[in-house]
Amino acid sequence: MTDTRLRQVPGMGMVKGLWVTLSTMFKTLFLPKAHLATVNYPKVKEQPVPRARGVIALDQEACTVCMLCARQCPDWCIYIEGHKEEKPPDKPGGRIKVRNTLDRFDIDYALCMYCGICVEVCPFDALFWSPEYEYSESHMGGMLHDMDRLQDWLLTVPENPALEN
Amino acid sequence: MGFLTDLFSNFWVSLAGKLLLVGLMIPLVGLVIGFAELKLSAKMQARIGPYFAGGRWGWAQLIADGVKFFQKEDLIPAEADKPVFKIAPILVLVSTVGLLVVIPFGPGLIFRDLSVGVFYALAISSLSTIGILMAGWSSANKYSLMGGLRAAGQLIAYELPLVLAVVGAVILAGTMSMAGIVEAQISSGYPYVIFQFLGFGVFMIAALAELTRIPFDMPIAESELVMGYLTEYSGFRFLFFFLAEFANMFSLSAIAVTLFLGGYWLPGISEDVLAWAGPVILMAKAFLLVFIMIWFRWTFPRFREDQLQSLSWKILVPIALANIAITAVFKVVF
Repeated sequence: MTDTRLRQVPGMGMVKGLWVTLSTMFKTLFLPKAHLATVNYPKVKEQPVPRARGVIALDQEACTVCMLCARQCPDWCIYIEGHKEEKPPDKPGGRIKVRNTLDRFDIDYALCMYCGICVEVCPFDALFWSPEYEYSESHMGGMLHDMDRLQDWLLTVPENPALEN
Repeated sequence: MGFLTDLFSNFWVSLAGKLLLVGLMIPLVGLVIGFAELKLSAKMQARIGPYFAGGRWGWAQLIADGVKFFQKEDLIPAEADKPVFKIAPILVLVSTVGLLVVIPFGPGLIFRDLSVGVFYALAISSLSTIGILMAGWSSANKYSLMGGLRAAGQLIAYELPLVLAVVGAVILAGTMSMAGIVEAQISSGYPYVIFQFLGFGVFMIAALAELTRIPFDMPIAESELVMGYLTEYSGFRFLFFFLAEFANMFSLSAIAVTLFLGGYWLPGISEDVLAWAGPVILMAKAFLLVFIMIWFRWTFPRFREDQLQSLSWKILVPIALANIAITAVFKVVF
């Protein structure tokens, strides 16, 4: 019987479905290495793709406290405080320079929805995506990452992939 | 041994013994089937499933789950009809316990061999419907009520084919006693499924619907009714429903085995061996049917409410009636 004729038999779809689950069950039971779709997580870890949205890293040197990220954040989970510092002019007789310095840059990952708008909107390349994902906490407060912790995530940010020709 | 016989001939001692046996059996069977479901569903979906609980294969996963349920707060909604809300899960579990009474586990190994055993089993299994309806009504929650009413509609629709499917086996055996049906199968030398395959099929489909398991889980239907009649339940009351579902899977399978698959009997095994191997054979057959139920659950999508009803009234009931007519003619002619 050809395949199309077989398909016309009533109830064939049900038999097919039953066969799929049964054969998958035996395959995963006896040949788990070849057929498992998941990994045994804490023992075996999967390598996340380089552009995975795991955690947001902050480059404090690049940040100018422009607040664009905090204002664009749909969840309002970014808290920024800063102050202006006056610096002496480079040349004698020049103007006094005013620089914004960062006092506080917190991201509350309990609120964050990983949309990445802050990373997109940052005009000074101070925010980056890192594929790290293991930062769960037993207390809600621990999900608020301060700027030092965000700076540490910067070490895990992968190199930019090479441009296509 | 004489001392033991004397001890168990005392009514109260034997009653306590039986109660203990049932009280141990339901959680044990529930744990085994629940764990089998967790692991088998994982394998069917190419997953690993529970792994760490208990050190190996995650065997203690369901024990941990049970302990978790006991830790949970026993919430009763403010608007709920409190006594009814409290009684409902117990009623559902009672119907599960009641089913075990008439299942023959071996020759003479039966809690009570009622002369209307089949009738009693079907009647007591429909008691859980009342429990479910009570749970749905008393929760004072629209999803619960919808779930309860759906359960009532579904169980009325599927009680009929369930009863009609059994009639064939009863006609062949000429008795309604469960032990009598098994003995009739032994003396005729074949399990009734050979001639009652229609009845067996209808019985299994209707039993799946009675259990409100996928593909017949409209009363729970997570995606539309939250959790149906279970929505407001928490803690050990939820555990009761949970246990009752798994234990009911076992006891309805055991009834199907008794009626159609020869119960504790296998062809070619002598009486002496049956005396001790009977419960093992019955359990093995019942767990095979439970496996099929689990297999169906993880294969098929949920029926729509109207499909559910038309399957029962337009297909299963006529098939069961035709099966009765054919069996009756067969019985009279031969």
